[in-house]
Amino acid sequence: MLDILKSNWEVLLLGQYPNGPLGGLVLTLILSVLGLALSFPFSILIALGRTSPMRLFRVPTTVVVYIVRGIPLIMLIFWAYFFVPLVIGHSVTGFTTLLCTLVVYESAYLAEVIRAGIESLPRGQIEASRALGLTYLQTVRKVVLPQALYNMLPSIVSQFVSTIKETSLGYVISVQELTFSANQVNNNLLTQPFQVFAILALTYFVVCFILTQFAHRLERRIHHRRAGTFIKRSPADDLLLQSE
Amino acid sequence: MKYHFDLAAVLHGEYGALFLKGIKLTLLLTGEAWVLAMVIGIFLAVIRLGGGVVIEKIVATYVAYHQNVPMLVQILLWYFGIASLLPAFVQSWVNDHNGEFLYSVIAIGLCMAAYVSEDIRSGLRAIHYGQQEAARSLGMSYFKTMRHVVLPQAIRVATPPLINHSVLLFKNTSLAMAIGAAELSYASREVENHTFRTFESYLVATLVYLAISLCIMGAGAVAARKYRIVGR
Repeated sequence: MLDILKSNWEVLLLGQYPNGPLGGLVLTLILSVLGLALSFPFSILIALGRTSPMRLFRVPTTVVVYIVRGIPLIMLIFWAYFFVPLVIGHSVTGFTTLLCTLVVYESAYLAEVIRAGIESLPRGQIEASRALGLTYLQTVRKVVLPQALYNMLPSIVSQFVSTIKETSLGYVISVQELTFSANQVNNNLLTQPFQVFAILALTYFVVCFILTQFAHRLERRIHHRRAGTFIKRSPADDLLLQSE
Repeated sequence: MKYHFDLAAVLHGEYGALFLKGIKLTLLLTGEAWVLAMVIGIFLAVIRLGGGVVIEKIVATYVAYHQNVPMLVQILLWYFGIASLLPAFVQSWVNDHNGEFLYSVIAIGLCMAAYVSEDIRSGLRAIHYGQQEAARSLGMSYFKTMRHVVLPQAIRVATPPLINHSVLLFKNTSLAMAIGAAELSYASREVENHTFRTFESYLVATLVYLAISLCIMGAGAVAARKYRIVGR
């Protein structure tokens, strides 16, 4: 296994890069970072729509979320393959297709994460800030989102892990990301499929596991902070602490 | 040029049959992988709770591996990798018996088992430990306690995440197309290749996926309400 890694690590890490398009693990990471980053503004809009008191916003966003959650990513990729060139007007690369799909898919899922964050905030905060004379947008921007996004950081990291895993579907439409590169290596070697795919699985495992552990740590930390154990209380609050 | 929308073109005759076969295979895949995932998932959760440190570590590793590696990669590993390690007569037997389907079921089932075991585990944690102590002191063995007292409640508590993961499992059966199992998304691609009616063939597949997903979600919501433990 080690000698496969030794002779093929460049393909797995960078694809054909110096002599051809970038690929491998680096492309996987680029795709996931871009996918999540680009879907972020959409997901916030959808989350706000989902939590909006107005039906005009709530119904369409809910429908979109349920549709995206109800169909497999692979079908979305097929649709993107078909629709994106129609919309743009010229043919696009697999990279663009996959990226567009990821943005649509992740927007819906990330929106649910952010919605959970918004809904877990005490309602009183919104009422208080509205009572103080902040407009809806100000309330969202200065009170709701900073807290909701902060509290949901661990889930956002988990969503990033999901995105990394989902980029593996690029294999189906020949985007040269990690899975595709590994398959190329396998086609070159022909005789050691188990070793090649085990390397592939382990690579994903290492990357995603580190991120998952990071998410767990973040979660504990934020939990502590929310519980107030990080905040030094003045002596006057000591009674409060003791009663817990 | 005006596009002529014609749903019948992809639904009549052989294409309709192709779709039906795809739907059937998707449902079969979902069903078998679901049973596998539930059985192994519950088993893992139970032995994790009752076993020692070693078992705990082993199960934790199993779960971490399956949750952190893309399901597609797991399917490829089973189909290309692990299959090649098996003795030749097993390989040829599997290939004669619809190998793509079998390996997809194994890969998807084992992967989702990790998610199921986590759901059940959080359900188990929600059941007060006093119940286990009471059952044990009544003379029930550990597994009897689990089967008759703890698990029935834990599964009820874990119903909502289990439903989400059932939907996920159903959607992920589409990954089997990557190794050539002729399920629904594979069928839609086939039909598209034959008829050049991209929009219609994807539309049919998408609607079927959507309908079944929503059915699972709906049925799950009903079940969750019906079997909810009162007072929670």
